[in-house]
Amino acid sequence: MKLNDKQTEALKAFAPQIESFTKPALIWVYALLIPMAIAAYALYVQVAEGHIVTGMRDNVVWGLYIANFIFFIGISYAGAVISGILHLLNVEWRKPIIRVAELITVIATIIGPIYILLCVGRLDRLHHLFIFARLQSPITWDVLAITTYLVGGVLFLYLAAIKDFAIYRDATELKLQNWRRKLYKVLALNYQDTPEQKKSIATSMNLLSIMIIPLAIIVHSVLSWIFGMTMRPGWHSTIFGPYFVLAAIYSGTGVLIIAMWIFRKVYRLKDYLLDKHFIYLGYIMMVLAAGYGYFTFSEYLTDWYSSEKWNSEVIDKLFDLNQYGWYFIFANFAGVVLPIFIVAIPKLRTPNLITIAASFMVLAMWVKRYLIVVPTLESPLFPMQDTRIEFVQYSPTWVEWALTAGGIATFLLLFTLASKFMTIIPISEFESEKHA
Amino acid sequence: MDSKESPNTRRDFLKLGTLGALAACGSACSCSSGASHEHKEVGKKVRLLSPDGEMVEIDESHLRHANHSVVSREEARIGIPGKKFVMVIDLAKCKNARKCVSACQKMHHIPEDKEWLSIKLMKDSEAGSPYWFPKTCFHCDNPPCVKVCPVDATFKRSDGLVLIDNERCIGCKFCMAACPYSTRVFNWDEPEVSPTVAALSYSPETSVPSKVGTVEKCDFCPDMVREGKLPDCVTACPNGVFYFGDENEDVVSNGDETIRFSQIIAERGGYRYAEDLGTKPRVYYLPPRDRIFPVERGLDGKSDELKERYKDILNPEK
Repeated sequence: MKLNDKQTEALKAFAPQIESFTKPALIWVYALLIPMAIAAYALYVQVAEGHIVTGMRDNVVWGLYIANFIFFIGISYAGAVISGILHLLNVEWRKPIIRVAELITVIATIIGPIYILLCVGRLDRLHHLFIFARLQSPITWDVLAITTYLVGGVLFLYLAAIKDFAIYRDATELKLQNWRRKLYKVLALNYQDTPEQKKSIATSMNLLSIMIIPLAIIVHSVLSWIFGMTMRPGWHSTIFGPYFVLAAIYSGTGVLIIAMWIFRKVYRLKDYLLDKHFIYLGYIMMVLAAGYGYFTFSEYLTDWYSSEKWNSEVIDKLFDLNQYGWYFIFANFAGVVLPIFIVAIPKLRTPNLITIAASFMVLAMWVKRYLIVVPTLESPLFPMQDTRIEFVQYSPTWVEWALTAGGIATFLLLFTLASKFMTIIPISEFESEKHA
Repeated sequence: MDSKESPNTRRDFLKLGTLGALAACGSACSCSSGASHEHKEVGKKVRLLSPDGEMVEIDESHLRHANHSVVSREEARIGIPGKKFVMVIDLAKCKNARKCVSACQKMHHIPEDKEWLSIKLMKDSEAGSPYWFPKTCFHCDNPPCVKVCPVDATFKRSDGLVLIDNERCIGCKFCMAACPYSTRVFNWDEPEVSPTVAALSYSPETSVPSKVGTVEKCDFCPDMVREGKLPDCVTACPNGVFYFGDENEDVVSNGDETIRFSQIIAERGGYRYAEDLGTKPRVYYLPPRDRIFPVERGLDGKSDELKERYKDILNPEK
């Protein structure tokens, strides 16, 4: 495949990234293997001894795992924003960041459902989900939606990468092992940059980006309906679908900003990931923060104002500083106020500060997911009248924390490996200045 | 003990061992010493109280177990034809004797800390006075748990019962989150049951044996009902709190008296708990009016642990 001047230049700049593992990169990978090994042991303990090793009990039947599940599926929306919405609007500045966004989507969509599996008491019967599938159950909706979404995400990532695979295949100056060149050859599907090939990739990507928007809305809606369809206070809310979708796009944008900041630093991509990318994404984050804040406000205001007894039990827990009050304040301060504040004030609108705001926001969004799951389950309709403290109040055990850390480590590891396999910025998207 | 030698032995009364326990469940367990020669002797002796009031010791294999029509998992999904089971719980008579709880645990071979049937101390309003409230599964006609099950492991039968097939359950616990009454319990670890119980053939109608990683709950003892007997909680209650019967026949019985279902509901102001949730429970409560026992009687002779459970209601100031 013929490269233009910009592409040649970019390929040269990115060659070190994909050619080899530097020593720090290797250390990083090995460091990630430690939490993963601990998680593997925790998983073994959980499978061998049963869910008794977790903090979950008959009242709080779901805990950290489900919060992680919502969180990971949430951040997978990074790709939905960029590849869906920005692609359709043909926003030019999105091009350098589509790969990071799509990688987040695919990797998070792989990790997220693992946490659902960790909640399942009988992993040996998972096939029942298919052979006895009941369409009435929101879990079946989730199985269908998430698998479709994952396929969509992988396809999008792949379609956008075919041109790049062809470039790696043909770039003789790249120092690649033979097996990798062969693999790129297979993955490039004999792409030769002919007009027909160009067109068919463009058409497919347009189609996919149209499909990925409703798909993304469906995925987090049905996820929220796992909660919304029950009669539990704090869950049984008509706005849960849109609330979750917005929260997902929001946290996805946050993770995208963080990932860009890290890659810019590690791979020295200041010439490619520009300040303007951070600022534009900062704007998107701010708008989403406002929308998310509005949803949060209307959700809790209505529950608090009407003060229906069962609802109030949950609200009281969230507002009580001796219970979940501080978490609730943090979730809303870091999750709503801080990002708006940082982006709204021109002096603070720098890549570093935007990234810091995004980091706090992503953490706050995780806390928020925990606050959605746990306090509600700690507020059953009947008084618990149980003297076993672990049945009354949920507190995660080391097994759950280890598997949480393991999931994050796996996410980072897959991301690192992916960045060694393909350039973090699509080479093929560089357009020659002569034509421009 | 080989399961072949003990066909359909689901209620393993032998495990209970003590004379007292056997006397308590005497009506449900019959023995025929020496009569069944087809059984091989297993060498383990059991002491029993004979019908003449004598204490006898017989080989375990000679014990014939009451019941036990263990229907298949497929049959258990259908329900008993023509029936519409209903329960009436008379709150005016309950004094937290907890015989129902222990009978249920014995019957289903579940440990003491697992309560399919639990007794709450309820207080409806600030001015109201507390009363004891036995809580079974409500076997709702519009069951939120059944709706959400992704694999049809919990199901509604034609006779009104909501049961669980613990050989199909994947343990996602969605039904537990969906049930507003906290009825369901989960086997967080491997249930501790004797090898005899573990070898029993499972049916959703018996709910025995429990399995790790699956959900279980009060089943209204359909295997007993199939034989025309009352569920164990009903017969175990010393105060006749529980009435069980068939809504189609319009009769319910607590073992001592049999009454018209519609009549008692009409006369005594029977109600269903949290009617506004729209779940349509099959359990009706008679309001705790003209109570036979003062509420404190429910704590007489109870362990500190049990007293601790209800402290929020009994000492609301603290």
